[in-house]
Amino acid sequence: MKYQTPLAKAHGLGSAKTGTHHWWMQRVTAVALIPLSFWVILFIQQLFHASYPEMKQWLSSPFNLGLLLSWAFVSFYHAAIGLQVVIEDYLSPTWLKITIVWMVKLAFLGGAITALVLAIRIAVSAG
Amino acid sequence: MVEFTLPKNSVVQKGKNFPAEKGATRLKQVEVYRWNPDSGENPRIDTYQIDLDQCGPMVLDLIVKIKDEIDSSLTFRRSCREGVCGSCAMNVNGKNTLACINAIDEYKGAIKIFPLPHMDVIKDLVADMTHFYAQYASIQPWIETQSPAPSDTERLQSPEERKQLDGLYECVLCACCSTSCPSYWWNSERYLGPAVLLQAYRWLNDSRDEHTGERLDELEDPFKLFRCHTIMNCTDTCPKGLNPAKAIGEIKKMLLVREEG
Repeated sequence: MKYQTPLAKAHGLGSAKTGTHHWWMQRVTAVALIPLSFWVILFIQQLFHASYPEMKQWLSSPFNLGLLLSWAFVSFYHAAIGLQVVIEDYLSPTWLKITIVWMVKLAFLGGAITALVLAIRIAVSAG
Repeated sequence: MVEFTLPKNSVVQKGKNFPAEKGATRLKQVEVYRWNPDSGENPRIDTYQIDLDQCGPMVLDLIVKIKDEIDSSLTFRRSCREGVCGSCAMNVNGKNTLACINAIDEYKGAIKIFPLPHMDVIKDLVADMTHFYAQYASIQPWIETQSPAPSDTERLQSPEERKQLDGLYECVLCACCSTSCPSYWWNSERYLGPAVLLQAYRWLNDSRDEHTGERLDELEDPFKLFRCHTIMNCTDTCPKGLNPAKAIGEIKKMLLVREEG
């Protein structure tokens, strides 16, 4: 038996005073990914026609390496905050939701760190 | 939480058949969701053959006729029969609408009438609106001011300022939009839903209101507001032709301007 009023239930724990930044970053990263992804497609197309040393040389240019890393970071960030929304939509047990959201975020953070390490290795070995 | 299958006691079964009266020529098959909490039985779909020559033109007339002449136990809400009270909101052939402002002629074949989706059913076509109304109350749908009212006039609004409320004040809170929204189905405990957010925007947009900041504070929440993913079912289904999705978009824009602008 519960005597909590409907209004108390509707108010719940109140507002988290957050969410705008998360929502805005989804849009910003989505727009940023349009040109970046076109560039990555061109890059992959080159991969098929170039030799390994040529490719390493090309990637060692700060411009190319910067764009490739930007694409990787923006993609991982976009995927992490996007998946977070999907999980929040469809999972309601609080602790399960928090755990899975953080597992997803850490997985993508791991992906971003790996991309950075690999990029540094290519740049160093080419230099 | 997402529920992809119905609980065992909610599975809808075949119901009774009510054939047409003798001599009827212009027949319409009407299938209506029936559930009686006192019976202990599962919900069922009853089928009625209605003589359109003996019935008013609207979908609401169909169910009024059924209640008056065929089965008085059929339970539904209705009041104004002209689309201003919002009582007869129900799901007709898969779309939420007000039964009183939709003509029978608009529907080809059988007419299937269900209660508003994903709401607790009290009986037959009557949904439990308690939480929906409480959510409406939670946004404080009244004017909030610090400045005292002028002593000799009402609080004035220019015609332009009044115009900003067009498309917002017409909402009759029938809940067609909120109950058509998947985000509201899965997370209605916390997500306010399109109807309540349209009303929240109505007060954010009122030139006389002085609590815009406090109202935005209350709305800025991943669940209360940002569960809206611009699915647009709300705008598609609104029987009054309003655009709750746009109102929600405007609230997000106001929050963005406050944060980044």
